[in-house]
Amino acid sequence: MAEFVQLLFAGLTTGAVYALVALGFTLIFQASEVVNFAQGEFVMLGGMVTVFAYNAGVPLPLAALLAVVVAAATGTLLHSLAIAPAKGATVVTLIIVTIGASILIRGLAQIIFDKQFHALPAFSGDEPLRVFGAAILPQSLWVLGGSGTIVLGLWLFMERTLLGKAVRATAANRLAAELVGIDTRLVLTLAFAVSAAIGAVGGILVTPITLTSYAVGTLLALKGFAAAMLGGIGNPVGAVVGGLVLGLLEAFAAGWISSTYKDGVAFLVILLVLFALPQGLLGRAAVGRV
Amino acid sequence: MPPEPLLQVRNLRCGYGRIEAVKGVDLEVAAGEIVALVGGNGAGKTTLLRAISGVLPVGSGTIRFAGEPIERRRPDERVALGIVQVPEGRQLFGPLSVLDNLRLGAFRRGRARTRVNLERVFALFPQLAERQDTPAGTLSGGQQQMCAIGRALMAEPALLLLDEPSMGLAPFLVEQILETVVRLRAEGVTVLLVEQNAVAALSLADRGYVLETGRIAYAGTGRDLLGDPVVQEAYLGV
Repeated sequence: MAEFVQLLFAGLTTGAVYALVALGFTLIFQASEVVNFAQGEFVMLGGMVTVFAYNAGVPLPLAALLAVVVAAATGTLLHSLAIAPAKGATVVTLIIVTIGASILIRGLAQIIFDKQFHALPAFSGDEPLRVFGAAILPQSLWVLGGSGTIVLGLWLFMERTLLGKAVRATAANRLAAELVGIDTRLVLTLAFAVSAAIGAVGGILVTPITLTSYAVGTLLALKGFAAAMLGGIGNPVGAVVGGLVLGLLEAFAAGWISSTYKDGVAFLVILLVLFALPQGLLGRAAVGRV
Repeated sequence: MPPEPLLQVRNLRCGYGRIEAVKGVDLEVAAGEIVALVGGNGAGKTTLLRAISGVLPVGSGTIRFAGEPIERRRPDERVALGIVQVPEGRQLFGPLSVLDNLRLGAFRRGRARTRVNLERVFALFPQLAERQDTPAGTLSGGQQQMCAIGRALMAEPALLLLDEPSMGLAPFLVEQILETVVRLRAEGVTVLLVEQNAVAALSLADRGYVLETGRIAYAGTGRDLLGDPVVQEAYLGV
């Protein structure tokens, strides 16, 4: 029982971060049909900027805020400098653009920061909580609570505000969105900025547990992509479910089989989804009538 | 001097990539008019409307609205000026509810105006009020067209561009939609109507243009065009 609960919490914690990355993928994919492989770099920026600002003497909450702003600005730049000028390019071209952007961001991070691994202090101490005999880090609760808050906030934004509906409208039909007077370029920029900010928050929350370095983005992007595929790409609920399921699969594979295979799980999931379940768990056929 | 037309298009050229679909069109719509634009498939009608709305860049030529050159304005700025289009094939936001589609139509107008306009649209199309919570993509063809027109009205158009509003609809629905057009004009909306149903369009229009492979082939009052033997033979299937 103790082992099970231990693995469950470990899985949910990493899964929550994958869910945030997957949500970033989903938001950008919905609004623009771009699969943004630079998504993992936003997570990296979140962690790294916070670490360096904090070590330079900035209080932790402010350092975290700064990191979110830097990531959102990077997302905005990514859209206006690399994606928007390539308007009309094929999906594959756009994917290559985002991979290029991800290599560039990683390279710059390596120069501006360094190549070392860095840690942040846990937000509310390192004393583990005892739950059914398992030791749960308080930081895990921060990750779960923070991710939950973001998911809820994003849902409220998309479902309850006119601007959020404008994002969904742009996703559903860009031509019509322009014809009702939505500045679609602004909406897409917003989608990139919000995705980046969400990724950055994930990076900040998880750094006290997993450490961070300039290079953590690549693997996170792949895991997040696997999670988004598993949940059904373009579906925000699917992204969250996919992220949590992937995190749990990894944790239990590591605990019950061998931690050697932990990272392999994500790739196995991508393959299985592609072969057996191309729509993803919650993927649905488009509602429409001609 | 006659008053300046609400919409004035001069020597407009535009198209897709290297294909020029509109090859030097002159067209005017005076305030309060219904102007019909007819012509065969591929004549450039939809391209022309897209250029007027700004969703397609203008190659050369000018578009003036209420005296102001607008050909370099963004589409959302043109909506704010009062140029609103009901695009070909409805183009609703399928997964969003009817109500959300209508609210988004008023994206450039504020909350108070949205409420007033919503009542107006529901009065015009009571069926939309009944189905306001259903996803727009699941409406029937006629209801979708009502939703598309309703969404455009939410933006308080000064000039309404209608692209094939009768396409794919049963005859009694076509009649209902066209009656709506006449009613809107009575309420002060100027209309530029693109129709494949040329007889119906020209019958209710003050003036009409016949577009042929990107050029204006004939222009005149609706009645003149309906009576013109060449136009009759080529476009009216008489």
